[in-house]
Amino acid sequence: MTDILKPEVDRRTLLRRAAAVGLLATPAVTMLSACVGGGSDDKDDSADKPAGTVSATNPLGIKEDEPLEIIIFNGGLGTKYATDVDIPSYNKLFPKSKVTFNQAEEISTVVQPRFTAGNPPDMINNSGSKLMDQGALVQAGQVQDLTELFAAPSVDIAGKTVKDTLIPGTIEQGTFNGKPYVLNYAFTVFGLWYSGKLFKDNGWTAPTTWADFTALLDKMKAKGITPFGYAGANAPYYMYTLLLTSAAKIGGADILKNIDNLEDGAWTNDAVKQAATAWAEIGAKYSNKAFLGLKHTEVQLQQDQYKVGLYPSGSWLENEQAKDTPEGFDYQLMPVPSVTSADKLPVTALYAAAGEQYFVASKGKNPRGGMEFLRHMLSKAGAVGFTQLTKTLTVVAGATDGMEISAGLTSGNKALGAAGADTFSFRFDTWYKKLDDELRAATNELMYQGGTADKFVTRMQKAADAVKKDSSIQKFSR
Amino acid sequence: MKHGRYPFIIGFLIVPVAIYGTFVIAAYVQAFQLSFTNWRGFSPDVSYIGFDNFVKLFHDNTFWKAIQHHILLLIFLPLLTIVLALFFAFLLNVGGGSKGGRTRGVWGSKFYRVVFFFPQLLALALVAVIFSRVYSSDDSGLINGLLNQVGAGPVLFLADKNLALWSILAVLVWQAVGFYVVLFSAGMGSIPTEIYEAAALDGATRGTLFFKVTLPLLWNTLQVAWVYLGIAAFDAFALVNVMSVDRGGPDGATTVLGLEIYRNAFDYAQFGYASAMGVVLFFLTITFAALTLRVTRRDAIEL
Repeated sequence: MTDILKPEVDRRTLLRRAAAVGLLATPAVTMLSACVGGGSDDKDDSADKPAGTVSATNPLGIKEDEPLEIIIFNGGLGTKYATDVDIPSYNKLFPKSKVTFNQAEEISTVVQPRFTAGNPPDMINNSGSKLMDQGALVQAGQVQDLTELFAAPSVDIAGKTVKDTLIPGTIEQGTFNGKPYVLNYAFTVFGLWYSGKLFKDNGWTAPTTWADFTALLDKMKAKGITPFGYAGANAPYYMYTLLLTSAAKIGGADILKNIDNLEDGAWTNDAVKQAATAWAEIGAKYSNKAFLGLKHTEVQLQQDQYKVGLYPSGSWLENEQAKDTPEGFDYQLMPVPSVTSADKLPVTALYAAAGEQYFVASKGKNPRGGMEFLRHMLSKAGAVGFTQLTKTLTVVAGATDGMEISAGLTSGNKALGAAGADTFSFRFDTWYKKLDDELRAATNELMYQGGTADKFVTRMQKAADAVKKDSSIQKFSR
Repeated sequence: MKHGRYPFIIGFLIVPVAIYGTFVIAAYVQAFQLSFTNWRGFSPDVSYIGFDNFVKLFHDNTFWKAIQHHILLLIFLPLLTIVLALFFAFLLNVGGGSKGGRTRGVWGSKFYRVVFFFPQLLALALVAVIFSRVYSSDDSGLINGLLNQVGAGPVLFLADKNLALWSILAVLVWQAVGFYVVLFSAGMGSIPTEIYEAAALDGATRGTLFFKVTLPLLWNTLQVAWVYLGIAAFDAFALVNVMSVDRGGPDGATTVLGLEIYRNAFDYAQFGYASAMGVVLFFLTITFAALTLRVTRRDAIEL
């Protein structure tokens, strides 16, 4: 027996073992993604029919004692709105349905294995930097069609269906090839944010023309403030939203529609080129190249310290910065100034969109309950509670009208009112994540690394064409 | 005694083999299987598409970029680390000359030995976070804070296409050197002092001692170091993921295969394609290990 204990590990064996260690990286993907083909899920479609009695208080016909599981992304918006507002509202109508509440910082890490295993939670808030590819989920048939939810009566707005209570465009934002699958609940307006105090102290006003805009940037520069900047390390997304806003103003909202639909020449279009030229100049002249290496929180902090003048972001900014904002900073939003005097859309036009995805798993245990939960989120009380807790508007139209909640929110609301029907948005970033990544890199190149508008549009057109040709990626259109 | 031997061995091995079989072998097989599918990770059904993923991979610029980065790391990571580690190990063990018949290190070598090993004790993620601060592009960065004082900055270590990968390589080397100093020290410790004495008596300088005595006798250890570092060069995922601008950026200038696998699997939900990359990485690593073993084969000098 002693011979099995003989030391046989010489250095060559050790080398071979060392090599084996390196190979361990390969199976990691499969390990992390759980077993494929393991979970049987021959769940029939009966889940899609009312399981309980349909009534005025139960329009979706949920089974009153069936438990419900929801999972909420714990990020900038927190989870308090779900636990303190929406769950109580749901349980008031259905006290026998036990709600299991979970939260996660990394949605895909927690939820994706459960989809492959065939036992997903019923309602999922798909958000954050680790969100799941919503298009792929729809493609896999894992997402519940929400048509019935939108046709159901509102919980507390009498005489209206859920659909009637929403800001126009909300349902379209969550529609994949003609069917509404996703509720985009938070309503954000996007533009340039500045400190009302800084402007008031210096007697500056929000410019509307490009000439006034650069004049203002010059004044800021003279004061020793970095006039404009965004974080290149992780937030070029903010910059390209701004750039495409300009493109839409120059050439009309259809510019964005063409980009979404992967039309030929959608990027090489003159409007996109003009916008890229204008912004590349701002990047070269009025920004700080060191921002290329910074994260969004670092640049936002600099703005709170009055070191950065204008910062592109959505209306979540005020809430995100709440801890670092000095007293009296007074967040204000200005729409992107018009690049030319011949712009198709007025200066008040805004990038505004429903965001923050919520969806119901079609193969979950209680999809009807998931939809019912969304109905409570879309009630007036749910919307008001959400806005009060998160300082973010919801897609429920006018729910918080007349309420003074915060300076930034009021400013955003006012801009939205001034924009009227001239609001627009794009979808390609969630439809084709690859295109989003390419645009981030191209934007950084354009703004901070000496790129040109021509290079920018050619590069993006090439990327869009590649996505279009790739048969493994499902295409969407609007 | 003999007849009880196999049940005995099997009794010991069954658990580890079962674990290895489930978590390594089975996962491998599945990665190979998935590489021929277009599975997107959200349903239990998979459909087979033959070699499409590999064809696509062949035409994928980012993939080739990642390969280029691996080649660069493969050359410079082992080279720099081994040269530095050998140099330090030599100074710590032999560099002080010999006294009373014993070779010894430079003054304070015991202290340095501990200091060199420190980086090895830090988790890789921590190292990445620390160096992100060191490299930070504004005044809060350790290096740029100083450079800005003298008006020489800022240097965009991680945000400049031409510097980013080298900056990350520097961290990889910094982190690895300590371990190899210890490894080589142990190797040097096993070289009999008589050989050094004899050489010293014959009038060998420190340089000659190093190249004619230490290096040949350390050959086996060097080989181990080379393979280990080569494999580390095929990885580098953690540092790149945490440190680089826009994960693998700027503009793909620091991306590595591990990151592309991760991105395709978990961001783009293209698990089939990601598995195909994994399969390629598998063959690359095997080829590298086999090649290194073949090329460096040399008769060990028995002491």
